[in-house]
Amino acid sequence: MAVLTEEQSMLRDAAKSWVQEKSPVTAFRKVRDSGVDIGYDAAAWNEMAEMGWAGVIIPEDFGGSNFGYLSLGLVLEELGRTLTASPLIASGLTAASALILGGSDAQKNEWLPKIADGSAVATLAVDEGPHHKPEKVDATVSGGKLNGKKVFVLEGIAANLLIVSAKEGGKVELYLVKSDAPGVTRQKLALADSRGAANITFENVAVSDADKLSGGAELLNKVLDRARAGIAAEMLGASVQAFETTLEYLKTRVQFGQVIGSFQALQHRAAKMFTELELSRSAVEAALAAIDADSPDVPELVSLAKAKMGDTFHLVSNEMVQMHGGIGMTDAHDSGFYLKRARACEAAFGNQAYHRDRYAKINGY
Amino acid sequence: MADFGGTDLEAFRAEVRSWVEANFPASLKGKPNPMMREERGNPPSADQEAWRKAVGEKGWGTPTWPAAYGGGGLSGAQARVIQGEFARAGAYNPIGGMGVMMFGPTLLEYGTEAQKQEHIPPIVRGDLQWCQGFSEPGAGSDLAALQTKCEDKGDHYEINGQKIWTSGAQYADWCFCLVRTDTSKKHEGISFVLFTMHQPGVEVRPIPLIAGNSPFCETFFTNARAEKKDLVGPLNGGWTIAKRLLQHERSGLSGAGGGGGMYGIAKTLDVLAKEYVGVDEKGRIDDTDLRMRLVTNAMNWRAFQQTAMRAMAESKGNSGPSAATSIMKNAGTWLMQERAELTLEIMGHQGLGWEGDTFTKDELMAVRGWLGGKATTIYGGSQEVQSNIISKRILGLPDLTQAK
Repeated sequence: MAVLTEEQSMLRDAAKSWVQEKSPVTAFRKVRDSGVDIGYDAAAWNEMAEMGWAGVIIPEDFGGSNFGYLSLGLVLEELGRTLTASPLIASGLTAASALILGGSDAQKNEWLPKIADGSAVATLAVDEGPHHKPEKVDATVSGGKLNGKKVFVLEGIAANLLIVSAKEGGKVELYLVKSDAPGVTRQKLALADSRGAANITFENVAVSDADKLSGGAELLNKVLDRARAGIAAEMLGASVQAFETTLEYLKTRVQFGQVIGSFQALQHRAAKMFTELELSRSAVEAALAAIDADSPDVPELVSLAKAKMGDTFHLVSNEMVQMHGGIGMTDAHDSGFYLKRARACEAAFGNQAYHRDRYAKINGY
Repeated sequence: MADFGGTDLEAFRAEVRSWVEANFPASLKGKPNPMMREERGNPPSADQEAWRKAVGEKGWGTPTWPAAYGGGGLSGAQARVIQGEFARAGAYNPIGGMGVMMFGPTLLEYGTEAQKQEHIPPIVRGDLQWCQGFSEPGAGSDLAALQTKCEDKGDHYEINGQKIWTSGAQYADWCFCLVRTDTSKKHEGISFVLFTMHQPGVEVRPIPLIAGNSPFCETFFTNARAEKKDLVGPLNGGWTIAKRLLQHERSGLSGAGGGGGMYGIAKTLDVLAKEYVGVDEKGRIDDTDLRMRLVTNAMNWRAFQQTAMRAMAESKGNSGPSAATSIMKNAGTWLMQERAELTLEIMGHQGLGWEGDTFTKDELMAVRGWLGGKATTIYGGSQEVQSNIISKRILGLPDLTQAK
């Protein structure tokens, strides 16, 4: 755990106690069982927004607290522990950072206060195929009309505002598009992780220069790195909890007349997981701190964090099922939720292979 | 962050810089440290001796040790300034070895005032070298099974038995040794004594290893003598001290000091790979599988370094001692061994050269380093013992091995 300021410690403690009281894994299970289209509990999201979490990175002038990315990461880590479903990453992190970094005063004034108080949900619509490839953009803007299709858009069902990458005159740009604009069609995706992702088509959707963010492809990369670091923080929390739940089981489950945690074959796998969790935590915290410091290392540190965290969540979620044995295979147990969330997070904004390759390119391998 | 920067530190930096300029012999610039294993057998030159004495007198080879025993009495930040200024001048720290790494810090914690006054200053000055009498043929991972006998002979102790893997015993002046003083108990029958290696009852035999020459020895004690005043801690209370010493040893063995390349090889692996394997039309390493394995190792290495930084910040910050330190030996040695394997693979057949001028110095280092490095997951508590320790101490799982 990074060395925290007093404000950061308070923020983390508030998140920790809210999650324990209001959002245990059973809350996520209820959302899943309810089959609600948006994929999260709107009342819980309102509570989160009231506590200011949707505005942690948003400047005070626009209704936020301007606490920075490491601070938001602390909240995301706590929420990740119990797999709390919410639009915080899509809206309060990803879309908010796009507006902060590339928005005009008018765009910021219109959207940031609503994102900060939770009354609007915004999201980034960037991928067009099953693999993350932000540089491959077939969506186009021409003659003031947006055409194209975006897939696996996080919180795509709940979103009021879509931030869409499209090429105009061969250049990648980001456009603000209201989800109820004529020509926007959303298709809910039923995914293994039970959250509210959507495929979205744009057919002759009217856009103007007033809807365009400034910064183009460079802005998109910065925004993606912020999203990736935030997802990695959620993955860290989920991995730590998956590990702790598994460790507790090793200390209580009795076979052959002794707790199974006394078997060295399991102890050493637990020690390996702990080792990987410690290394991953360092990478995630370093990436978030680098964003706060606006360091030139951000792209490689974020790719390191997302790849390392992805490997670790992958390992821990698999071991959670394996070490729980038969009970871990049942829907009644939490293991499956962690396993499904792991793969969804790994795939989001670049899996381990994507980020290892990106790290290699940045470092000239 | 108060430790970093600041005008006091800058003044200290200026002081160190001018002292190094005045005292570091130009002939030694960029030369290997005579404390390094390959250099140990050679008699020191006059310049090497002068540099050792100069640093030893300042206490700057052990900068954070108390000034009362000849240490530098300096802060961690000042120690890093010294390290930085030595590196800048191409100078090595001539004060080292097991006395500095393990024994000194342990004696400062557990020794009597008289013991510290007697034994710490010669370590600080680099006058005396120490070796570690811990492992025995029947007591490796299960160190507390050790049998070397120590009998009270009235005015002194008499020691009989055998130690193994006594690193640097052939160059050592003194030994810190675990001995059995009570055969009726296991951990509670062990004592920690010091004695000179320069006596008739001590015999040292170097052990050739798979990498060729090695610093490791077998050491035999036949009626060897230790003085009563050189018992550290209470009789039969040596195990506690040994455990503390092993923590110092493990923190020094994680390989945390390594740079981009393999041990002793200046070039980083990506540069070596481009030379030996070649590049594709986009300038990438021309072997996609190797390229990804290299980058994965580099990324893991970076996460390891980030963890070392985090553990350091946490131990100084508001979070108390860091659990991260427990993982450092395994994580560091695995990465170094993997790096050694990758280096060999990059060099192909050239990386298997044993000796002779068909091979570059780097190629010869690669094969010796690869073989020698296999010891790192065995000594200082094997990787399995480390995993036992994490399981028991950090994760609270039941202990079946009594590993301590």
